[in-house]
Amino acid sequence: MDLVLDILSWILLLAGAIFLLIGAIGVLRFPDFYTRLHAVSICDTLGAGLVLLGLILQGGLSLVTVKLLLMFYFMIFTGPTAVHALAEAALQGKLKPVIDDRES
Amino acid sequence: MEYLIDIVLLGLLMITGFAIVRMKSLLAVAMLTSIYSLLSASLFVVLDAVDVALTEAAIGAGISTILILATVALTSDEEKAPRHTPLLPLIVVIATGAALIYGTLDMPHYGDPTAPVHRYAAQSYLHDTPADIGVSNVVTSVLASYRGYDTLGEVTVIFTAGIGVLALLGYRTRRRNIQGPGIRKLVVLRVIAKLFFPLILLFALYVLFHGDYGPGGGFQAGVIFATGFILYALAFGLGNAQRVIPHQLLRSMMAVGVLIYAAVGIESMLLGGKFLEYRVLADDPVTGQHLGIMIIELGVGITVAAVMLIIYYGFVSRRD
Repeated sequence: MDLVLDILSWILLLAGAIFLLIGAIGVLRFPDFYTRLHAVSICDTLGAGLVLLGLILQGGLSLVTVKLLLMFYFMIFTGPTAVHALAEAALQGKLKPVIDDRES
Repeated sequence: MEYLIDIVLLGLLMITGFAIVRMKSLLAVAMLTSIYSLLSASLFVVLDAVDVALTEAAIGAGISTILILATVALTSDEEKAPRHTPLLPLIVVIATGAALIYGTLDMPHYGDPTAPVHRYAAQSYLHDTPADIGVSNVVTSVLASYRGYDTLGEVTVIFTAGIGVLALLGYRTRRRNIQGPGIRKLVVLRVIAKLFFPLILLFALYVLFHGDYGPGGGFQAGVIFATGFILYALAFGLGNAQRVIPHQLLRSMMAVGVLIYAAVGIESMLLGGKFLEYRVLADDPVTGQHLGIMIIELGVGITVAAVMLIIYYGFVSRRD
């Protein structure tokens, strides 16, 4: 049982790390602000979320797990909200997205 | 492993420092200073200074970023080109840095048990706290009881700073813009802010009254409390926040906190002890210590929260 939990938590941790990496690469590689926000939001929700879930499985039934669950809850709410606020602010600041119109 | 974390954190701190120097956009610099504070807070956690980390995270990454952003909004968000060559400042900084590094050569190594700081006062604090005060967080016992005079001084400093900001910035009452900008655009922010506002205040109270047993205390709690209201003011507009906590109330709360603290000292004098000698406050000395620490932490929290909010109000109310 412990082994299963351990394997499961490591899968979650690694998946989270991969998503964080993808997000970071996206921030560097994407052409404009809005697409970069898309990459950042992956870090905030999937990346950090999966890492926290993995840590919860490592922690077992203890106070640490409750705290990690709270962090997960805050992360799930605040991450998308922050990205939404950034996008909204960019829109209000009249920031134009980069549009590739070579094909149209 | 811990060395690796240290190296990564210190490296990131250095990179952030250089980025702050190189950046011209002050908005970006404000965000970078916030990142810098968050990194320092993580470093404090690695050093097991959780109380300081909590303060640094709440003040450095939270409130001071908002205050810097408010200042930038009042002035300009572009750094002016320097009028002098950077040669002289560079020499001064290098000389100071070299002197500081030279100074650290004589310092005992990190965690050295024979270091003076671990041999005299700290040992007696660690040894006497369980019997004298009976709280498990020695930081709180040192801060609130053994060094109660110093903390009273610190709270007075914060109070004075609040008065200073009030005198410099003043405060403009405004009737218009009571709703804040773009009601419909902020719907998501408002829903989330409403959801988190009570949780933040609850957490502040937890930090305040759990400071005896875990990391936390009046300073951290006050800042977190103020953060909750600043979030409310950001999402719902300053006008609505002022309906919840009016400016006049804050002005008196600023003084009330310090007065509560000093009153505990005078009360212990009236009961036959010395100034801030909590053990006379109750029949049992340990209970008296608990009571005293609790009340003075409450005073600290009230003053800190009021000063933080008053500074925020001062900045934001000047913006037209």
